[in-house]
Amino acid sequence: MIVARRKPLSEIEAMLQDLSRVLIVGCGTCVAVCQAGGEKEVEILARQLRMRARLVGRQQRFDEITLPRQCDPEFLEPLTSLAGSYQGIVSLACGAGVQLLAEQFSAIPVFPGLDTLFLGVSESPGIWSQRCRACGQCILHLTGGICPKTRCAKGLLNGPCGGTHFGKCEVDRETPCAWTLIYERLTKLERMDLLERILPPDDWNVVSQPARHALPRQFEEKLARS
Amino acid sequence: MATSFRQVLQTKQFVVTAEIGPPKGTEIAKLQDNVSKLRSWVDAINVTDNQSAVMKLSSLAACRVVQEAGAEAILQVTCRDRNRLALQSDLLAAWVLGIRNVLCLTGDHVRIGDHPQAKPVFDLDSVQLLQVVGWLNQGRDCVGHPLEGATDFFPGAVVTPGAEPLAPQLLKFRKKIVAGAKFFQTQAIFDVDQLKRFLDAAQPDGIPILVGIVLLVSPRMGQFLNENIPGVYVPESLLDRLASTPKDKRVAEGIRIAGELIHALRDGHLCRGVHIMAIGREEKVPEILRAAE
Ligand code: SF4
Ligand code: SF4
Repeated sequence: MIVARRKPLSEIEAMLQDLSRVLIVGCGTCVAVCQAGGEKEVEILARQLRMRARLVGRQQRFDEITLPRQCDPEFLEPLTSLAGSYQGIVSLACGAGVQLLAEQFSAIPVFPGLDTLFLGVSESPGIWSQRCRACGQCILHLTGGICPKTRCAKGLLNGPCGGTHFGKCEVDRETPCAWTLIYERLTKLERMDLLERILPPDDWNVVSQPARHALPRQFEEKLARS
Repeated sequence: MATSFRQVLQTKQFVVTAEIGPPKGTEIAKLQDNVSKLRSWVDAINVTDNQSAVMKLSSLAACRVVQEAGAEAILQVTCRDRNRLALQSDLLAAWVLGIRNVLCLTGDHVRIGDHPQAKPVFDLDSVQLLQVVGWLNQGRDCVGHPLEGATDFFPGAVVTPGAEPLAPQLLKFRKKIVAGAKFFQTQAIFDVDQLKRFLDAAQPDGIPILVGIVLLVSPRMGQFLNENIPGVYVPESLLDRLASTPKDKRVAEGIRIAGELIHALRDGHLCRGVHIMAIGREEKVPEILRAAE
């Protein structure tokens, strides 16, 4: 899932200080799971903003709504009738959700309430870690299910650097060295042959920015129409 | 014509290289001075590439200065700061400027250096970089396009004999040989037994290994290396020896320690030579070598 973290209150407050009617929009998918932008977090942010407004004597109204998903136009339907009565929308979705809101409601300023961090997993309660950088050419079958592009600080594809230290990474002594993990896993799986294989550099053209993806059928239909 | 480093490695009994760091800035007088002090003592001089991710004068320019000052340079190239286009064009530039030896490294992460906000590149890794050098030598670039004029570099690589665990390091060591490394320079060694364990496990089969020698100048420096530099182990006995030496005699004692180590390596025929890293005290390299006689 996509992991994000809420921006500091002061930063959000500063974005909104000149607006009197603001809608805070949560997202019930990834960011709800990582406790950054779900219904509960929307409620907390609204309460905090109201308190700040009262404290400094600003006349501001903050309303709340949480959609099941913000990265799909279908799910934005409920906002169509609402949006027009606000001077601004704070989106507590990942950066993709924020952008879709901004695109659909282009007459109203949309503000990001979160900082989007990475694609990852839940490690233990309250801790998430990065697992994938969406490279478009998955090699996990060659590396024992551990992604060196993401989990090695340098994204090395052919074994550890000289900085590996008792299984930890030179960059951060708390983080395991991905290549020590890969080595151990492939040894356990008896796939030494994979360890010896020299992997080529990544092809950055596979997912070149800004990337787009279409199901083959959709793509053909679109071609036929044009 | 003077014998090249490549030939020296084939013919000479015991080869010596030393490392020099380029200045942080444009003042190259000290660099030139160090080269003139070292050139009759060493077979080649490595020039570091933004070592420890600290921004310095480029290794390429400093290599040229080294060669103009009369020594043969080994260009250190890391994968941290340049993508594959920049690496290849800099390698071509190096060849045109007369540089013949390249040492291919991964490079320390930007986060441990003086520009931690910079984008770390690592478009290639050290194994892939060695392959690229091989292709440039064959007259083509890394996507297979022909070059107008090939290089003929002598490529080398690094290894950390004291890495823990050692097995993954050995895996990479072997990949580097397959990818074309013709010589190795190692991370610092202070303990001959540690090196022996590595050699037993690595079976380098004739590939020349130059063992890294770092000049120790205080017990604190030794402790620092033990605590902060992965794969470097300074034995307690050396720390004690320095601690019991009066402060003003510690550099001299460190020179003796380095000399004894080199002597032991040469006498025991444990390696093809040494690579001296005197870190900021390059002018001491001749004294270290005299102490090794
Ligand atoms: S190789 Fe790594 S970055 Fe690429 S898709 Fe697989 S997990 Fe993601
Ligand atoms: S120590 Fe391991 S994880 Fe860290 S950069 Fe080196 S190889 Fe990658």
